[in-house]
Parts: sequence; C-alpha cells; structure tokens
Amino acid sequence: MSEAAEIDPRILDFEPDPYKLPLEKVDPAQPGLFFQGAEGPYFERLRKEDPVHLTPDNEEFGRYWSVTRYEDIKYVDMHHEIFSSEGGITIADQDEDFTLPMFIAMDPPKHDEQRKVVAPVAGPRNLAALEPTIRESVIEILDGLPIGETFNWVDRVSIELTTRMLAILFDFPWEERRKLTRWSDVATAGPESGIIESEDQRRAELLECLEYFSELWKERASRKEVGHDLVSMMAHSASTKDMLSRPMEYLGNLVLLIVGGNDTTRNSLSAGVLALNQNPDQYDKLRQNPDLIPNMVSEIIRWQTPLAHMRRVALQDTVLGGKQIKKGEKVVMWYLSGNRDPDAFDDPDAFVIDRPNARKHMSFGFGIHRCMGNRVGEMQLRIAWEEILKRFEKVEVVGEPVRNISAFVHGFTELPVRLIAK
Amino acid sequence: MPKITFIEHNGTEHQVDADVGLSVMRAAIDNLVPGIDADCGGECSCATCHVYVDPAWMDKVGKPEDREESMLDLNPEREENSRLSCQIPVTDELDGLKVTVPEFQM
Repeated sequence: MSEAAEIDPRILDFEPDPYKLPLEKVDPAQPGLFFQGAEGPYFERLRKEDPVHLTPDNEEFGRYWSVTRYEDIKYVDMHHEIFSSEGGITIADQDEDFTLPMFIAMDPPKHDEQRKVVAPVAGPRNLAALEPTIRESVIEILDGLPIGETFNWVDRVSIELTTRMLAILFDFPWEERRKLTRWSDVATAGPESGIIESEDQRRAELLECLEYFSELWKERASRKEVGHDLVSMMAHSASTKDMLSRPMEYLGNLVLLIVGGNDTTRNSLSAGVLALNQNPDQYDKLRQNPDLIPNMVSEIIRWQTPLAHMRRVALQDTVLGGKQIKKGEKVVMWYLSGNRDPDAFDDPDAFVIDRPNARKHMSFGFGIHRCMGNRVGEMQLRIAWEEILKRFEKVEVVGEPVRNISAFVHGFTELPVRLIAK
Repeated sequence: MPKITFIEHNGTEHQVDADVGLSVMRAAIDNLVPGIDADCGGECSCATCHVYVDPAWMDKVGKPEDREESMLDLNPEREENSRLSCQIPVTDELDGLKVTVPEFQM
C-alpha cells in the first residue's frame, strides 16, 4: 500500500521479541513498533519486570521514564502538582522555535481558565442538540458507501465522520473541511511518519491553519449574536478574548481541539471494525443484542487506546514504584499499557463487548486533564454502530490494516473492507 | 442504616439503604441507581459521580475539598450544590439525604 511502500526502513530496525533484550534496553518509544502492531510484548514485559522503567537515551526522544501499570499511571495522572503538563504532553519535546501553548499542556490555574471557555461545546446541553446532527451525518456517510466493493474504511467513514463533527463544532466552511483533517495529521506527525517532509513544512502548514482561523475569529468576533461554535466561544469569552494577540497560543489551542476531536474518535471507529472481525463471536453477540453498543464503545476505546500515552515532567524529586525520579525528568504514562494490565482487567488482551468494567479504561486519562470531549466521542461511536447494524450484515475486513507510524497516535491509515448487505 | 434518596433527571426517585462508612457513590452503584458512572472507582479523578445535593442538606454534607473542587470545576454544569458523590462518606447524620443525578455525567 502506498504509505507502506515509502516508509524509512530504519523504523523497522527493532527487536520484535523484547524478552531477547537486556531489560535496560527495552525501549517502547519506537514508532516502528506501533506501526507493526508489535508493542504488546514490550509493555507486557515492563509491567511484569520493571513497571516504572528508565530509558536513558532514546534516539529520538532522549531520556524518559515509562509508567506501565494501571494504578501507577492513575497516580501520576491525579498528581498534577508533582507531574506537570506544562510545555508538552507527548514524549516528543516541542520544537523550541515553534512552541504552541495549549491548555492541555498547562498547569492550573491557566489550564482551568482556558478549558472552561471551550468545555461547554462538549457539555451536556450541547450533547443533546448534537445527537440528531451526528445521526444525520452518519446516515449520509453510510448510505453513500458501495456494497460488495473493497474500499478504505478509514478514509470513507472514520475520517469523514470525525471531520464533519469538527467542522460542525467550529462552524467551519463545509466544503473545505478536509483542511481540518490535514492539519490534525500534520500537527501530530513525527519525522518518520511520511506525512510531512520536514519541520519547516509542518510550521508552514500550521501557520496556514492559523491564518485561516484568524479570519474566522475576526468574522465571529464582529458578529452581534455570539455563535455556539468553538471560535465564537473563544472570541467572546473574558479569559480568551485577547488570544488573537497571542497567535501561537490561539494556534496551540486550535491544534488541541482539532487533534482531540479527530484522531481519537477516528481510530476508535476503525478499531471497532477490526476488533469485531478478529473476534467473530463478539460480532455475533452484537448482532443478537444491539443493546450492548454503549458498553462495546467503552471496550473499543479500551482495546484500542487511540492515544497511546501522555507525558508529564516531574516538578520535584519523587518516588514512584520504588524508583527515584528526579526533578525535570520526563514521565510517560502509557495508557495503552494500563488498559492491558491484568491487575485491572481480566484477560486484558481479549476484546469482550460486554466486559463488565470496560468503562474503567484509562484512554480518557484521569484527573484535571481528563478528556473534555469524551461524551461527544462516545456518542459518535454509539450512533455509528447503531446505524451500521441497521444496514449491514457485516463490515468485512478484506486486507491487512496499515497502522500509524507513531508512538502517540495509535491508529490506522488504511483498513480495507467490503460491506455485506443485510 | 441511613436512607438516601437519588432523584433521576426525569424525576424518578430511588430510596436506598446506605452503609455507614462507604461513600454515597457506592450506595448508588450497589443499588443500581442509574446515572452515576463512577469510572475511576471512587478516587476523585474522573468526576462521573456528580450529584446535586438538596440545598437543605448542604450544611451537613459540607463543601468539597481542593482536589474535588478542581475536578468539579471542569464541569460546565456545576452548581453551588454540586458534589462528587464518591467524596461524601455516609454517616448516620445523613439519614434522609436527597441528591439529584444530572442528565449526563461528563
């Protein structure tokens, strides 16, 4: 497939069996590992043998700690006064010449002030209003799909649905909505991803995003009646209304909202199709009992963990899992590993749509940075599966999925499927 | 055993017997009261056990502490009488407590 053909062979230069490595060399932050879907055994070994684990010298990301057990991850997430988000929430350090402040990468009190401005868009009042709009989009997308032909589910369904949702939340010019998809991909792309050629290209494209949204801001700010979209909310709220004069902060928060609303649900929507195909007994169970959809949605989000990790920086010397972490060191919470921790979930690698504690998954994080759009994401997945079940006997995976080359965005670029009509 | 009444968003009431020492959230979960998710299991870290305390009971229930306050504050629908029910221990004093469950947990 196109992307697979162009990848840099060096990313595949890793030992697939982590048990053959000396423990100190077990370094899970390798994009190629995730591209191959081979990360599971790495985390299994770390959970068992060294749950808080130091990698002193990752080639791309430098020195970092891996936290791999459910309870330890939750502890880090809940203690924001020890483990700071300031300055970045992925293992990759921000480009020093192009720093994008955004509230997910801030500590209180600024985090709280800025999050509060945009939180209502995903809040209860808006949710009820969004449901019919989401359903309309889902129906239009599904009814436009070919029956019996092979196509890429990621592009035709997962990307299309989440992009429409974002365009609605931003009140973004409809015909140009795929710009949002592109900016999301560019923002999270690593050098080995094949999405961008260089950091210069990333900056240039993100500045285009800023320019585009600056025009939207001016237009929304000048309206007498305040709109309910995210740009209007920021343009009119006391704690953010001067943000346009801090363009990098505006861009940072746009990137946060675009990525947060895009990659996550997109990859869960693809993952559900793959998981049900790999587990035909679960697909049967679902067909027999569509009431399981809400619980299945949580199980898909657990099983996939669409963002593999979040990172923090220790604000002080501290001890975690018996290890001495020094002030200033990077601490990576591998949510994907916590979601497969046998101490938290029975038979954790199994996909079980009626798993009783599926909602305990950590894909949304815990503590003050917990996902703001979790209910919108769940709602999209629920409605999508309700409408899929009404229409198709099966969404059949007919080829190998292609995964993202990333240790952060955990998902798919291609998932070839064929629809079997009811 | 103290009795606690949970009122759903649609007005349906559920009166349950609560164990002293456990949380109000636990009383809801153990008695299958709908509308309390408690995703984090009761550690004040997900805010999905949000309830509105009957204003007449606010003095006895008390105000949230810092950690709870910072979680509650994330919710655009929080009110003066908002509490996370995992952070309210059941006591004999709370016999008769009434709380309302929001339409959606965040």
